[in-house]
Amino acid sequence: MTAEVIQDITEAEQGTSLWKDAWIRLRRNKLAVFGLVTLVLFIVIALLTPWIAPYSYQAQDLELGASPPSAAHWLGTDIFGRDLMTQIMYGGRISLAVGFVATAVALLIGVTWGAVAGYVGGRTDAVMMRMVDILYALPFMIFIVLLTVVFGRNMLLLFLAIGAVEWLTMARIMRGQVQSLRQQEFVEAAISLGLSPTTLIRRHLVPNALGPIIVYTTLTIPNVMLLEAFLSFLGLGIQPPQTSWGLLISYGAETMEEYPWLLIFPGIALTLTLFSLNFLGDGLRDALDVRGAKD
Amino acid sequence: MALLDVKDLAVSFVTRNGTNKAVDGVSFGVELGKITAIIGESGSGKSVACYSLLGLIPRPPGRIDGGTAHFEGRDLLQLKESELRKIRGRDIAMIFQDPMTCLNPYMTIGKQLMEPLIYHHKVSKQEARARAIELLTEVGMRDPESTVDNFPHQFSGGMRQRVMIAMALINEPKLLIADEPTTALDVTIQAQILKLIAELQQKRDIGVIFISHDLAVVADIADHIVVMKQGKIVETGNREGIFKNAQHPYTKKLLAAIPTDSKAVRPGTAEPLIQIRDLCTWFSQGKGVEPVKAVNKVSFDINRGEVLGLVGESGSGKSTIGRSILRLVPVTSGSVTFDGVDVTALEGSDLKNMRRRMQMIFQDPFASLNPRMTVFDTLAEPLLLHGIESRKTVAQGVLKLMDDVGLARAFVRKYPHEFSGGQRQRIAIGRALATRPEFIVADEPVSALDVTIQAQILDLMQQLGREYGLTMLFVSHDLAVVRHLADRILVLYKGEVVEQGTGDDLFERPQQAYTRKLLTSIPGRSLLA
Repeated sequence: MTAEVIQDITEAEQGTSLWKDAWIRLRRNKLAVFGLVTLVLFIVIALLTPWIAPYSYQAQDLELGASPPSAAHWLGTDIFGRDLMTQIMYGGRISLAVGFVATAVALLIGVTWGAVAGYVGGRTDAVMMRMVDILYALPFMIFIVLLTVVFGRNMLLLFLAIGAVEWLTMARIMRGQVQSLRQQEFVEAAISLGLSPTTLIRRHLVPNALGPIIVYTTLTIPNVMLLEAFLSFLGLGIQPPQTSWGLLISYGAETMEEYPWLLIFPGIALTLTLFSLNFLGDGLRDALDVRGAKD
Repeated sequence: MALLDVKDLAVSFVTRNGTNKAVDGVSFGVELGKITAIIGESGSGKSVACYSLLGLIPRPPGRIDGGTAHFEGRDLLQLKESELRKIRGRDIAMIFQDPMTCLNPYMTIGKQLMEPLIYHHKVSKQEARARAIELLTEVGMRDPESTVDNFPHQFSGGMRQRVMIAMALINEPKLLIADEPTTALDVTIQAQILKLIAELQQKRDIGVIFISHDLAVVADIADHIVVMKQGKIVETGNREGIFKNAQHPYTKKLLAAIPTDSKAVRPGTAEPLIQIRDLCTWFSQGKGVEPVKAVNKVSFDINRGEVLGLVGESGSGKSTIGRSILRLVPVTSGSVTFDGVDVTALEGSDLKNMRRRMQMIFQDPFASLNPRMTVFDTLAEPLLLHGIESRKTVAQGVLKLMDDVGLARAFVRKYPHEFSGGQRQRIAIGRALATRPEFIVADEPVSALDVTIQAQILDLMQQLGREYGLTMLFVSHDLAVVRHLADRILVLYKGEVVEQGTGDDLFERPQQAYTRKLLTSIPGRSLLA
């Protein structure tokens, strides 16, 4: 008995047990596992696209034109005779990259910014949050146009620009969470143990604020993907022959009466991703809430 | 004839983990002009039994399995919801533990009092207002003519509870159910409210059910006492019978848990570990506003190895003194010298080392533990932080702490929410001891716990205090508990020390009027002494 318990503890030492327990709980949630598997599959496909895509993304077949799904082109072709499946695969690379990278940027900046402002409080908090307010007030379009004018058009810039806009809400959510957590006695207890502020924020505040942050993150990723489509549509983002799901959908929408498959298939790809993200997000939130798991 | 006659009441809650019999065959009665007290720990079913009579338990998961409850000849359990609604509030009224959550913060108390009169009795506004003022006078509200137009937040806790009582009385009920009405109040206020309830019950000749976890509270007012444990009644009797001649072991345990003795005087080493001189901790209210002087020019010593009790009402600054010593709130002026070092001037690694030497046990074990850290993580953190154990040996250190505070080793990977209040407080004590401190501030460590658990935790703290050679500042509003534990007691009033001495000095020979008032407020002194 005792030996078994001690064995348990040495295991617990290796990782923070919160994450380990969360992983065990997540695995029991079927929808979340479905979401995770689908996302991983999409990411793997996106990474391997240059080698596994059936056609080159530049290959056109103007004589063929727009054709419905067939043995040669499983998902059909667009009006220039380009293979739709190839385009969706390449588009996924861009969309997923924008979605995850821009959100990661937003998450990193937003959570840190909000946690520091909420924890330190007082004048620091006021200055930091006023900066957020000012950025909020800046019209997004002008911001992007200015960036494009100054730095020229490139992908990295797109990531940064979108990330720079999306972190604002994240910071506000995090600050609110931290402010209410800061009043709790366990934070005082941690201070009186002699923990440094960074350790305290990392170990005691962030894990307890994760619920709303995760939910907001899963809402941000699709948001960012649509934002990219919007910018590309205006000619500020990705340009043909490069493509993304958002662009494919917007072109597909123009011709949906004649060639519905041009809208349907990219739509399915995006929808599947969004569903998976939501399932995974919900699952993660529940898995990280130790109180929810009463069994 | 009894006003309310409950027979074989059985209530259960159906959850996915099975059926939980919250109330199991309970019978009791309430007579006009008498107070029946129902005593039990949390989870004993005392509140559920009363709430189910009025249809106030959520159904499902709640379910009434059987029994009868005759009130004025009608069985409450058989009534339709529409009929029950007429009885609730009019014939049977309730008062609750926390008056703030029961009052609408956006309505003046006068409006809230007048509303039921205007709707139910069709009286005019002027009449209703006059009646409201009359009632406020009856419950002892000072200057009711003007306070009737105040909002709930403008009153203190005790005054709010008086407003609640007035609201309960407005429809002239025959039965009043009071659910822990004084638990959230200071001891002096508690005494006033208890007196008020007893007076009103006499004057209006109504029946009262008084629900409480604390036998001592009802010692002065109850006519009839029902002791419940795990959904069943273990003993009933009149007041004298329960207090002088308890039969059931559980009742005896409850009585024994009420601390009445004074700690034996120990030959103390008069070597001060902590010297506090002219300590002021003020909280700024913004520019141009007088700051709140939570602690004002307080000076005292804490000797090595002694337990110093700090007593006072809420707002007396007793918690702030503890937090000032530990540097959890910024000190305005004055000095705190710990073993020759001025704590108020420390920074950086010196402060971190000092924090290792003094620790705190908090009041609410539900808030003082990080909900997302297991027992292991909580206890390992201080051990690793201060290099008391290495990564390799930390598991042994954690298990040793768990043994010391009486937690089963098998719980090591559990999270705080899986424990009861008493067990949580044990974890919190373990965390405080982990750094091998010399000094501990215990801020009301037992006031959130049931009476029998209180006694266990107090015993544990005494025993550990000896084993670890601790010096302790024990902060509490409960004089009896402090007397039981402390070598010396300091009485605090509005941020200043008004009296100090040994437990016997204060209890037998109080010098100050305020101390005497505190002493007379201790419930049940006559029966328990």
